[in-house]
Amino acid sequence: MSLFDNPFNAESSLGCACGRHASAAEHEAAGRDAEALSGQALQTAVVKALFPRDAERRRFLRAVGSNTAMAAIASLFPLGALQAMAQEKGKVEKKDLKVGFIPITCATPLIMSAPLGFYEKQGLNVTLVKTAGWALIRDKVMNKEYDASHLLAPMPLAISLGVGSGALPMNVATIQNSNGQAITLALKHKDNRDPRKWKGMKFAVPFEFSMHNFLLRYYVAEHGIDPDRDIQIRVVPPPEMVANLRAGNIDGYLGPDPFNQRAVYDQVGFIHLLTKELWDGHPCCSLGVRAQWVKDNPNTFAALYRAVLNAAAMAADPGNRSTIANAIAPANYLNQPVPVLEQVLTGKFADGLGNVKNVPDRIGFDPVPWNALGVWILSQMKRWGYLKGEVRYKDIVEQVYLVTDAKKRMKEEGILAPADMPKKIVVMGKPFDAAKADAYVAGFAIKRA
Amino acid sequence: MPQRARSAILSCLLLAVVLLAWHVGTLPKGGAAQAVDPEYARLMGLDKPKSDGLPTPAQMGATIATQLSDPFYDAGSNDKGIGIQIAYSLSRVALGFVLAALVALPLGFAIGLSPLIHGALDPFIQVLKPISPLAWMPLALYTIKDSTTSSIFVIFVCSVWPMLINTAHGVANVRRDWLNVAKTLEAGTLRTAFQVILPAAAPVILTGMRISMGIAWLVIVAAEMLVGNLGIGYFVWNEWNNLSLSNVIFAILVIGVVGMILDFLFGIAQRAVAYVE
Repeated sequence: MSLFDNPFNAESSLGCACGRHASAAEHEAAGRDAEALSGQALQTAVVKALFPRDAERRRFLRAVGSNTAMAAIASLFPLGALQAMAQEKGKVEKKDLKVGFIPITCATPLIMSAPLGFYEKQGLNVTLVKTAGWALIRDKVMNKEYDASHLLAPMPLAISLGVGSGALPMNVATIQNSNGQAITLALKHKDNRDPRKWKGMKFAVPFEFSMHNFLLRYYVAEHGIDPDRDIQIRVVPPPEMVANLRAGNIDGYLGPDPFNQRAVYDQVGFIHLLTKELWDGHPCCSLGVRAQWVKDNPNTFAALYRAVLNAAAMAADPGNRSTIANAIAPANYLNQPVPVLEQVLTGKFADGLGNVKNVPDRIGFDPVPWNALGVWILSQMKRWGYLKGEVRYKDIVEQVYLVTDAKKRMKEEGILAPADMPKKIVVMGKPFDAAKADAYVAGFAIKRA
Repeated sequence: MPQRARSAILSCLLLAVVLLAWHVGTLPKGGAAQAVDPEYARLMGLDKPKSDGLPTPAQMGATIATQLSDPFYDAGSNDKGIGIQIAYSLSRVALGFVLAALVALPLGFAIGLSPLIHGALDPFIQVLKPISPLAWMPLALYTIKDSTTSSIFVIFVCSVWPMLINTAHGVANVRRDWLNVAKTLEAGTLRTAFQVILPAAAPVILTGMRISMGIAWLVIVAAEMLVGNLGIGYFVWNEWNNLSLSNVIFAILVIGVVGMILDFLFGIAQRAVAYVE
């Protein structure tokens, strides 16, 4: 393809590194190098570097759409990484990486990249380390035991702000998944579906700084229940939720899959609702890295990002979901029965009350860390008193969620700014405007702010 | 019939009773086959026999056989055979325990020999001794900044006290006569320490070490369940995630057997240094 072709066109092919020649051989013959790259050519180089093989690039673009792809790519590169890419000498600074994860389907792109060879393809040797709980993940990330880690979407914000831990600047490379959570109740509550009657019940969430905590609080508060006074919310690591539900320690939880489906499978609970019904397209987990690590290892970061992005693209295709379920089920990864994972990933599932439901978008894999998502998270942290005083929503999110910084840089480079979020944020029928976060918080009847 | 043989028979009988009760208790309930949608039944995994809660002794036997038939398999960074897991745990215990011994034995000697040091350190020992191992973990993780070292530290901090106290006690209670004899023979301090006090106090010191080892083995399982990443405690946690009770029970048995072997080894050492006055 020529220099000024649009690299985001799924149908075109990218011949060589600089994009001016039909093939790499011709490029070699011409003896040009990448210094002349600018504007769209740089963009081409980025796409080319991300997806050296054309077939792969086309598949990715078709799977996620070119806008999402552009935004995703824009969200990942701070300038250093972008330059490293442009030089096309993407030598990985650190080959052996330790990446932490919690055994839940939210981490699907991160986990499947190992058995399906996405890391290997990028020249990375990634050791995935299963970790017992979110507090431990936080400590291990802060202690530099992990190079990158599966984190709950609010955690990088909380860690960067030093809320609930020491402060350490973090970056969110990608959102791992959207939707994919549920409220599971113990079977004894199957006739107790009205949240207004939930006073005195005990619920579990995986971590304080989790979408689960914020969504559960939001949900019950909308029904007039004060989450701090009328019910008890306690932190239970996801893998321990089913055991606690069975033991009767908790009445229910807003937890990650596969543990909602596992409770159904083991006949101890039923799925009250999917979080998709509260907010379709909400983020859940993210791939987080220390900001310093990104600066020190721009190429490694880009390679890691490419791997996970490829995986997310594959996971976005419903046709691949069964393969993925089989790839991540072994004891080394999720350690769950395949039928449970299949139900989570394909969206055709038993709800525990005798019904078969079909919700293909039960879990989605949209990788872009849109800033508005971060602002919503901060608004809830403010609402429930985790953040005091004035909160500079936008500034904080821009530092953590890499989308804006990259957007600005790309503009400087003459690259098209990424399109807006595919879906507006609407939580239980109430739209959210990231520009008016304070008014949003003030508008709630039940709050601690 | 000698006492021993009768005890052995009684042990076997007890085991048989437990196994029988277990077998009866876990017999599949002849559940009334409800008319459910076959699709729903398939999704719930009801179409195939599914282990429901506790395994039967036969299933348990099968689990033990599979696990022991390949104890050193390596299926990735988070899935290794029971032998490898045990080796990880034992190496952590050994390291923590040796460190504890290196601190506890000299310090215990000092405390035992000097009432002044004893008085000065006693309040600290009394406060630190009863602290649960897992209470140390968050602090250790925060300050040491490494999860493996933290679990070794936790082993250390929990196994140091019995050794320390027993050493001090043993050293302080060496018979005066022997010390006086040593003095009369003009033996130097070091010589007295190593040739009189140490052998005299050795049985008490070893009792302390035996207790410490027991504690260390208790602690490692809990610590690994908390910080994970290989080891027998991690194995329990990982199988708990999968609600695989037969594997959890298998791990419990292994923990028991390894603990027993450790205790047995210290028992031998104890007999080796025992003496009759």
